[in-house]
Amino acid sequence: MLRGDLEGEDLERYVEERVVTTTFEKLQNWARSNSIFPLTFGLACCAIEAPISVVTARYDLARFGAEALRASPRQADMIILSGRVSIKMAPVVRRLYDQMLEPKWAVSMGACSSSGGMFSNYAVVQGADKFMPIDLHIPGCPPRPEAVLYGFTKLQRKIQGSPDQGWRQRYNAAGTEEWARGGPASRPSPEAAEAYEKARELSRA
Amino acid sequence: MPDAPGLELIRGEIERDHPGSVLATSFDREQPALVVDSEQILAVLAWLRDTPGQHYTFLSSLHVADYLPATPRFAVHYELLNRDRVERIRVKAMLADPAAEQGAPGTGVLPEIDSCVSLFPTANFQEREAFDFFGIVFVGHPDLTRILLPEDYVGWPQRRDFPIGGEPVTFTYNEHNYG
Repeated sequence: MLRGDLEGEDLERYVEERVVTTTFEKLQNWARSNSIFPLTFGLACCAIEAPISVVTARYDLARFGAEALRASPRQADMIILSGRVSIKMAPVVRRLYDQMLEPKWAVSMGACSSSGGMFSNYAVVQGADKFMPIDLHIPGCPPRPEAVLYGFTKLQRKIQGSPDQGWRQRYNAAGTEEWARGGPASRPSPEAAEAYEKARELSRA
Repeated sequence: MPDAPGLELIRGEIERDHPGSVLATSFDREQPALVVDSEQILAVLAWLRDTPGQHYTFLSSLHVADYLPATPRFAVHYELLNRDRVERIRVKAMLADPAAEQGAPGTGVLPEIDSCVSLFPTANFQEREAFDFFGIVFVGHPDLTRILLPEDYVGWPQRRDFPIGGEPVTFTYNEHNYG
């Protein structure tokens, strides 16, 4: 359209129909959420599902704008912890996370990285959020690629500033927050304390 | 494989050269095994490797088992292979736990056995792994440090008296127990 084609009320209506106003912050977050660069990174068997299957043509993470996997943490802004994190790997993972540039997001995928999973033993960290902040936990062992994609859309909403909260209301679970349960939740359980004491005794030996 | 009489022959020949070295033999599930005195393990291994007619020149595996509460508690297993005849023989060196023997478990005294790196260079990493997980000290090893676990790890996690670790998970049904 050239200047002078429309005048007066016609021009006003044309602008109203075609121009969307928003805040710069919202636009920025919208752009960020739709152009995520995941880190090419796998820890264990979940890696077959998340960074590998999900980017193939069958599941196609490119539909959500995250198909460009980066081989360097300096270029990535999302890390998927796909598998159990051993105590020897944890410092390495933490270092990778620290090397990523802000803004960055971390997804804990599967039972192992979220809680230790079936590896309740001396070698595996019982939950990756013990050593780095996690934005999203995807349950499953391993999660289906569909579950990863669902989790990814949840992450997108979180980036856009409207995380899908309110599940406690939906499931009538108000009061189950860890901070709301009070005292004992913040202390180690008797079993954990006992195991810790035993380990201490061994280490003194 | 040497059969059961062949195993007894091998035992007799070792006993002739190194008296008192072989404590017992076993032929469980067609697998010949020599139970030897851990003090003379190097002599037995060298004999099996170098004696004409034996030539078990290949150490295919070295590993440790913890037989707690049995005594002696540990056994170092050497799986030897003759590659010409494709014959295998297992050598088990029984090792007592010195900490338990002194009546003070948990004093940190570690069982010791001679390193066989001088005979089989492949034992280098395998002895480090055995040290890493069981705390068996291989005397004469060129660099006996942890190989798989972090360098600052405390304890010998594959021993049977090591706590399993982990932590109980709070589900709604056991929240009152662990909450």
